[in-house]
Amino acid sequence: MFRSRADVVFWVVLVAVFLAGLGATYVVKNEYYFTALYGILQAMLMAVAWNILGGFTGYVNFGSAGFFALGAYTVVFLDKALGLPLPLLIVAAALVCGLLGLGVGYLSLRLKGVYFAIATLATAIVLETLITNWRYVGGGRGAYLVAPAEVPFLFSSYVDMLFVVMLALTLGAVAISRYLNASRLGRGLAAIRDDEGAAECAGVPTLRLKLISTTLMGALMGVAGAPYPFFVTFIDPASAFNLFVAVNAIAMPMIGGTAHWLGPVIGAILVGGTQEVVTVTVKAEYSVLVVGIMLVLFITLAPQGIVGLAQKYLRRRK
Amino acid sequence: MDLFANAIVAGVLLGAFYAAVAVGLAITFGQLDIVNIAHPAFVIVGSYIAWIVNSRLGIDPVLVGVLASPLFFVAGALVYRVYYAAFERTGQESLSGLAFFFGVMFIIEVSLILVYGVDYRNVTASYIGESIELGYVGIPLRLLVPFLAASLMTGGVWLYLSRTFTGRAILAVAQDRLALQLMGADPVRIKQWAFGLAIGTTAIAGALLIIIGPVEPSVGRVYIGRAFAVVVLGGMGSIPGMIIAALLLGVVESFVSTFAGPSWAPAVAFGVLLLTLAVRPSGLFGRA
Repeated sequence: MFRSRADVVFWVVLVAVFLAGLGATYVVKNEYYFTALYGILQAMLMAVAWNILGGFTGYVNFGSAGFFALGAYTVVFLDKALGLPLPLLIVAAALVCGLLGLGVGYLSLRLKGVYFAIATLATAIVLETLITNWRYVGGGRGAYLVAPAEVPFLFSSYVDMLFVVMLALTLGAVAISRYLNASRLGRGLAAIRDDEGAAECAGVPTLRLKLISTTLMGALMGVAGAPYPFFVTFIDPASAFNLFVAVNAIAMPMIGGTAHWLGPVIGAILVGGTQEVVTVTVKAEYSVLVVGIMLVLFITLAPQGIVGLAQKYLRRRK
Repeated sequence: MDLFANAIVAGVLLGAFYAAVAVGLAITFGQLDIVNIAHPAFVIVGSYIAWIVNSRLGIDPVLVGVLASPLFFVAGALVYRVYYAAFERTGQESLSGLAFFFGVMFIIEVSLILVYGVDYRNVTASYIGESIELGYVGIPLRLLVPFLAASLMTGGVWLYLSRTFTGRAILAVAQDRLALQLMGADPVRIKQWAFGLAIGTTAIAGALLIIIGPVEPSVGRVYIGRAFAVVVLGGMGSIPGMIIAALLLGVVESFVSTFAGPSWAPAVAFGVLLLTLAVRPSGLFGRA
């Protein structure tokens, strides 16, 4: 875990951020901040998950919203059927979405590049139609969820607790993504991204690595969606499968920089922060437009993202 | 029995319209290898223009579509300029180009919502609401007029591609860029022309869409599946293959919504697309 000074710094920062978040729930009483931060963290978790496949491995997933919604609906179903506690629900969502990720991974056997991307979009829409026609979880009309009346531990409200849960999940995902980026596995994924045929010839087990990558991506997206039904207390297919979720998941890593684990984190803070500022100062509707414009501007003008720009700048100074 | 016959007729009429939506994508995606996922978004813009002009001035929507298509042509050529400068020249078209069009699609959809809201819009024309009865089968003119216009447009594009010099150059640029260059044609200008043409068709397709039924900004998303399913199933860029695939999809969709319910219809196109991609990516008529 602590192989270098960078590792120590990383873990100290991670723990510090978690404690700061935890402490804030006792000090700050205005729930608006936690609602806003929850949204940014959820988007960050999705972006980090997307980047494991999209950035590290080079396979674009347009169906992020499908994974997110499947995680959310797994929770809706299990909560209604069995009434499990939240940690178990999150694990279940991770398992179900990990399985879907595994299935999508097998698609990558036959489909490369553009075709894979379109297939993921198709998967999401087929899933949406299935959920829309599934009466038990509310169908097209949606379902209400009641958050538990008593709040566990010492949290003052359920939103505060969900915020801390999401913070922990997101930091965990960042740690996984950072570990993956530097590991032998990550180098194998990078080889697939650069040239899959050459990687295969050089003895990289491409299928196994791709399956690990898609499964991990799916599971993390499921985890991101799991607390969502409790957070909003009303869920319907239109909001869970929202295109906005998919656009954010692509835009944040692309803006931050896809090759580095820090990219989606920076992208999420920048894009999420801008959205929040626009929502407060201008109008909520415009915050959605901002992401699209930022995405198009960044990929046309700075295709390597902010991390790429920073690396270029540092190299020039040397 | 009459339900069956009606479903087939409605399917064929719809299928011809799907071909009109997909013909532009067959050029951009099938021939030029540009994954214009924003194609259906342009179709929706076409619908909105038809609605605005029709509701203000009362001009027939099909005519509006035809008049607007040169504007769309210019817009398409400009979009290709940006795409070329940012991605194609540097050789990053696949991943970044895809995300670029995804962003463009999102911007178009959100802008329409911001300006016009999420209400369904429709157009008025004398033939909407009328229908012809032929024995068991009722043919609503609301479907027949788009069928005729779509067939004319798709046929026109097909003739243009196979008979004229520029049309053949568009087909050639996909096959062998260098050879085309040696023939004295500039591949970039040919592609720009082709992309403009493809976007030009969306103005008319959009006008037909809003004749068939009311339109709101997110309707475009369902058409991503339909258009891509038709192009992939038709064998990537083959216009006759695409027309057959479109008719097939129209009939299957019409059967599903008649016998299983309309809420299942969106899954048909995407299901067909997934199956085709997984089982036979070269499509029904592609060179395997």
